[in-house]
Amino acid sequence: MTGASVAPSPVASAIEASRQSRAGALIGYLPVGFPTLDDSVDAAVALVENGVDVLELGIPYSDPVMDGPVIQKATQASLDGGFRLRDAFTAVERIRARVDAPVLLMTYWNPVVQYGVGRFADDLVSAGGAGLITPDLTVDSGAVWLAESDRTGLDRVFLAAPTSTDERLRLAVENSRGFVYTVSTMGTTGARAELGAAAETLVGRLRSVGSVSACVGIGVSTPEQIAEILGYADGAIVGSALVRALADDGVPGVARLAARLASGTAR
Amino acid sequence: MTIEATPTHLRDEQGPFFGEFGGRFMPESLIAALDELSAAYDVAKADPEFHRELAELHRTYTGRPSIITEVPRFAEHAGGARILLKREDLNHTGSHKICNVLGQALIAKRIGKTRLIAETGAGQHGVATATAAALFGMECVVYMGEVDTERQALNVARMRLLGATVIPVTTGTRTLKDALNEAFRDWVANVENTHYLLGTVAGPHPFPVMVRDFVKVIGEEARQQVIDLTGSLPDAVVACVGGGSNAIGIFHAFLDDPDVALHGFEAGGDGVDTLRHAASITMGRPGVLHGSRSIMLQDEDGQTIDSHSISAGLDYPGVGPEHAWLASIGRATYTPVTDAAAMQAFRLLCQTEGIIPAIESAHALAGAIELGRTLGEKATILVNLSGRGDKDVETAGAYFGVLDAGAGA
Repeated sequence: MTGASVAPSPVASAIEASRQSRAGALIGYLPVGFPTLDDSVDAAVALVENGVDVLELGIPYSDPVMDGPVIQKATQASLDGGFRLRDAFTAVERIRARVDAPVLLMTYWNPVVQYGVGRFADDLVSAGGAGLITPDLTVDSGAVWLAESDRTGLDRVFLAAPTSTDERLRLAVENSRGFVYTVSTMGTTGARAELGAAAETLVGRLRSVGSVSACVGIGVSTPEQIAEILGYADGAIVGSALVRALADDGVPGVARLAARLASGTAR
Repeated sequence: MTIEATPTHLRDEQGPFFGEFGGRFMPESLIAALDELSAAYDVAKADPEFHRELAELHRTYTGRPSIITEVPRFAEHAGGARILLKREDLNHTGSHKICNVLGQALIAKRIGKTRLIAETGAGQHGVATATAAALFGMECVVYMGEVDTERQALNVARMRLLGATVIPVTTGTRTLKDALNEAFRDWVANVENTHYLLGTVAGPHPFPVMVRDFVKVIGEEARQQVIDLTGSLPDAVVACVGGGSNAIGIFHAFLDDPDVALHGFEAGGDGVDTLRHAASITMGRPGVLHGSRSIMLQDEDGQTIDSHSISAGLDYPGVGPEHAWLASIGRATYTPVTDAAAMQAFRLLCQTEGIIPAIESAHALAGAIELGRTLGEKATILVNLSGRGDKDVETAGAYFGVLDAGAGA
């Protein structure tokens, strides 16, 4: 478990369990409300039933600067379909009623600010959520969230990038709870044919400043990439590939892909 | 003569925060670049050679100082107040945008970047960036909302003639805010060799402070020019506000002159009682957009609301954090001006003074007319004429029905 923990982190526990039984954790991303709220819940449940250890549910946002075209298109469709913030809590609650895997919300910061950081944290706890991944909130700008996550015991996942200094990596490691989101490559979300050496180098740097839970995301889309990542990291995060499968082939399609990806976690 | 500003030091704010506004809400992937930029800017700011180089460029390339022009025939329609225009429209490339662009391009050169990227709305910032890239021998990519590439086709052609690649942005609302998103995405992927030459006083620290420092020359010149002409400070200083760079540029020198009223005019579109406007300060509320905490048009959930303005350069749902702060402390007043009022002012300046303003700047002119009628004939009003209207001839021609059949094709 990383960071100044106030309670056992369900995400860290799930990752640890996956490392006992397999090579590491598979973390799957899907946006809430795509293609519909019901389908996004069914798809998330299907991920867990097919080998995903931790769920990352994306909150659709009008200005997603860290996302590539596949996720942009899906989250825009969700917004066009009438997505409201409260739907995210509904989705978490309904998923948690059906499967045990911990659920993190991935959200840009303004929706949380407008909802009220404290109220957001309380409602996420009530829904059974595990915490937040914050792509545009770094530790140095996150005092309010640090306090509210400590108050509620929610996990908080900060990002580490290949360009981060050692000092900033230390900040991310010391303040993350659950895992550190290791950005594999410089760029936005989206499948890439090859992952460079940057991710492995970065995980090594995170280890050297004390990380015990580093998961690699961005560009990951095949079981082979997952197996490679789990050779040096604690988990692999897949997003765009799952979103594309859901868009193209519905819930059965995303279930099939999850099962295939999970084969990459075998030891 | 000179008139000393009172030492209340509103001009001394250096960020990252202006009151509760500003900061840096950005993906970790870009933090190193922002830190590098902050450090390089701090070094440059303290380096006389940097200031000498920039001043020389402005003298020999931009055409600074820009003049002020008194417009008495126009002023007859503004309650007889004395109206002075700061002629940023006469700058090379046709607007105030060149001031910021040359400053940032010099910084980019200092930190070894070989590629400039920019967002643009009306195309003025894109043209200025393409110009600087040509001047410094750098690669240039400009992101422009698809909607804007259509209504500002002439500027798209200008950028391409200057050697830049213009990428129409087809995501979101396909306007300025989405062009910013796309530029940030490019920067995340190419930060090693690329400088994001952000075009307004918004975005994460250090952009709001750095851009302001590069455009504040407008107000510094104008303050002395008005004193030289009239023997005193103006009663009011007026500018249009989209992201807010031309407004902060002319306001800044006057921040510590408490007797000078500062008026920003936002794009009121079809009217702020409709949903079609871009009056961020008038109708928005605090939140985080494009890397800083400011005021923006957003729904209950914090989703950005689409803005609307006849002027592509003001069609932005946010505003720079320093303006949000100046509004919150009451130092500056922000008021919406509708498309219709701006276009009437546009035509009035054309026909009374022989100056075709940018439609953006026409919002400031419309505001000055109202203000003049309120303040009366003893008042002196300084207006930032931030850009020229050549790029808007087709839009204005269609608006007033003065294009011959087929001439608009």
